[in-house]
Amino acid sequence: MQNFTTHTGLVAPLDRANIDTDQIIPKQFLKRIERTGFGEFLFYDWRCLPGGTLNPDFILNAPRYEGASILVAGKNFGCGSSREHAPWALAEYGFRVIISSSFADIFSNNCFKNGMLPLVLPDVIVLELLQRTQENEGYKLSVDLEKQIVADEIGLTATFQVSPFQKYCLMEGLDDIGLTLQHEDAITAYEVKRPAL
Amino acid sequence: MPSLFEKLWQAHIVREETNEPTLLYIDLHLIHEVTSPQAFEGLRQAGRSVRRPDLTFGTADHNVPTTDRSLPIADVIAARQIDTLRKNCQDHGIQLFDINSPEQGIVHVIGPELGLTQPGMTIVCGDSHTSTHGAFGALAFGIGTSEVEHVLATQCLPQNKPRTMKVQTSNTLPSGVSAKDLALGIIGKIGTDGATGYVIEYAGEAVRNLTMEGRMTLCNMSIEAGARAGMIAPDETTFAYLKGRRFAPQGESWDTAVNSWRTLHSDEDARFDKVVQLDALQLEPFVTWGTSPGMVAPVTSHVPDPADAKTLADQQAAERALEYMALKPRTSIQDIHIDRAFIGSCTNARLEDLRAAARVVKGYHINSSVTALVVPGSHEVKRAAEQEGLDRVFSDAGFEWREPGCSMCLGMNPDILQPGERCASTSNRNFEGRQGRGGRTHLVSPMMAAAAAIKGHFTDVREWEFK
Repeated sequence: MQNFTTHTGLVAPLDRANIDTDQIIPKQFLKRIERTGFGEFLFYDWRCLPGGTLNPDFILNAPRYEGASILVAGKNFGCGSSREHAPWALAEYGFRVIISSSFADIFSNNCFKNGMLPLVLPDVIVLELLQRTQENEGYKLSVDLEKQIVADEIGLTATFQVSPFQKYCLMEGLDDIGLTLQHEDAITAYEVKRPAL
Repeated sequence: MPSLFEKLWQAHIVREETNEPTLLYIDLHLIHEVTSPQAFEGLRQAGRSVRRPDLTFGTADHNVPTTDRSLPIADVIAARQIDTLRKNCQDHGIQLFDINSPEQGIVHVIGPELGLTQPGMTIVCGDSHTSTHGAFGALAFGIGTSEVEHVLATQCLPQNKPRTMKVQTSNTLPSGVSAKDLALGIIGKIGTDGATGYVIEYAGEAVRNLTMEGRMTLCNMSIEAGARAGMIAPDETTFAYLKGRRFAPQGESWDTAVNSWRTLHSDEDARFDKVVQLDALQLEPFVTWGTSPGMVAPVTSHVPDPADAKTLADQQAAERALEYMALKPRTSIQDIHIDRAFIGSCTNARLEDLRAAARVVKGYHINSSVTALVVPGSHEVKRAAEQEGLDRVFSDAGFEWREPGCSMCLGMNPDILQPGERCASTSNRNFEGRQGRGGRTHLVSPMMAAAAAIKGHFTDVREWEFK
C-alpha cells in the first residue's frame, strides 16, 4: 500500500451531504474482477451525460479543478454500500484526501486500506474550506498526518483526529494482514478454546 | 451488567492492546461474486491461503439474471465474475451455493435459512446489509474487500470498539404497519447518520412480537441509519426458527446450544451510550419521498416543503432530492403515481414478505400503467411460495415471477428502471440512480408496494379491502 505522510494538493469542492457509494461508483461498473479500471467511472452519473460525454455543469469537470487531489464534501460521505470500488475509483482518479464533517464507517475503513486519508473536520471548517475553494482559484491545502494538521496558504490551520493505529498503518504503508499474521499464536490459541459452533 | 453487544465482543477477543484495535475472531464469513474476486487475487499475490474454508460460504446473488437460468448469461463481464467466484471457491475448498444450486439465493436470505447464522456468532460479509444476521443475536457487519481478504487470510479482523445504542420500543405494531415501517420510522427519526459509529440493539415489545423475518427486515436496515450493526437478543422465536435447519446444531448439541444462547441478552442494568424510545402505536405505513432513506413520510401525509427544513444543508438536500424525484412540495403521498413495483431484496423477499404482499394482491390485477416484479430471496423461498400457490396469485394479477437474486434492488443485472420511471420498491435504498440511472425509487413495505401496484399510486394499506 502507498504510504501517506504529508500531502499538498489542489482542492475540489463537492457541496452535497450524504454522498453515497452508489454515486461515487455506480453499480454497472462493479463487474470487474480487478482493483483497477474504476477511476474513469468516478461519479459517473454526475460527471457524464447519458451517452458518456462529460457534463460541463458538474463541478469536477470545471478546468480549474483538473488535477485536484483533495476533495471537500458534505456530511456522511460514503454512506450506503460497502463497495471498496468507491475508494478505488477516488484514488485512481487522483484523490489522496477526502475532507468531510463525517464519514460512513465502512467507507472510512476502506480508505485507510488504500492509502487514502478520510479527514474529519468540524462543520464550520468544512463550510469555510468549501467557500475558500470556490473563491480562490488554484486553492491548495497541505495535510501533515504526523502532526495531524491541515493548512492552506492564506492563514487557515486546523488540527484533526485520527486513530493512532490507522495513522501508523497509513504512514508506514503497512499491510495490516501481515500485522495480524504476526499474532498467529494468539489466533491458534483462540481457536483451540473456541467452542465448536 | 454487560449488554448483548458487550458479551459478544468479549467472547471474540483474540488479542487486545492499548492504542491498537482489538483483534476479533470471525465465526462465519459469507462471500459473493462482486466483492470477493480482488480479495482472492490479493491472497494469491501475497502467497497466502484461506485459513478457515470451513467457516466460509459463498453464493452468487448480486449480478445474476432473474430470468430463465438454463440460458447462458448474456452479460459476459457478469458471467466472468460468477466464474471467478466458482474457481476461487474450488481452489480454496469453500462451499459454494452456485447459481443453479437449490440453496442459491441472496446471501442474507440463505445464511439464516440454512441455519448458518446462529446466535452469539460474529458474522461478516463484503456487503453492507450483513447487519441482517443481527436479528439472531449475532454481531454481524458489512466489510470492504480488503477486509474480506483479511478474514480469508486470518479469520480475524482488527476492530475499533463501536459505541452502543438501544432502540427501546413500546407497544405492538398496528395492523398494516410492518417491520419495514418500523425500520423506516427509526431512520426518519434519527437520520441516515444517526447511528454512525454505533451498534444498535433493538428491544421492547414491538421487537419481541416480530417474527424472525420481521426482525431480519429491521436489522437489515440498520446500515441505512449508519449503524455498524443491528442486533436483537435471541428468544423462543429465534430458537423455533433455527431448529432443524441444515447447519443448526442437532440432537444434544441443540440443547446445549439453546442453553448457551439463552444467556445472550443485555443485563437489566446494561448501559448504552445512547437510548432512543419509540412507541409502535404512533407508526404508520411509510413511503420515502427523496433520495435518502431518512427522507420518509407517513402514507397519510405529504411531501415536505424544503423551506421547513431545520438547517440550510437539509433544505438544499431536500430541494435537490425533490428535483431528482420530480415531486412538488406538499404533494399528498397518495397522489404519487408509479410506473413499476419491485417486491424483493435482502430486506423484503422472504416467505412472510411474499405472503403479506400476496394477501393484498389476491383477487386484484395490477394497474394498466404499472409493470411489476416479484423476485424471491432464494430458491427455498421460491419453492415454498409456489407450494402455497403464491406464484399464481402474483402471476394472475399481472406480476412477473422471477428467479432469486438481488435484482432491481441495485440493478447490477438487467432488472433496472428506465430514466424517469417511478418505482414502489421493497428494497433498502432510494439513492439517485440506485435502481437504474434516472430511476425514482420510493421505499415501502411489501403490502404497500403490492397495493400501489394495483391502484397505480400509493395508498393506505390499512384501509385495504382484502378479497
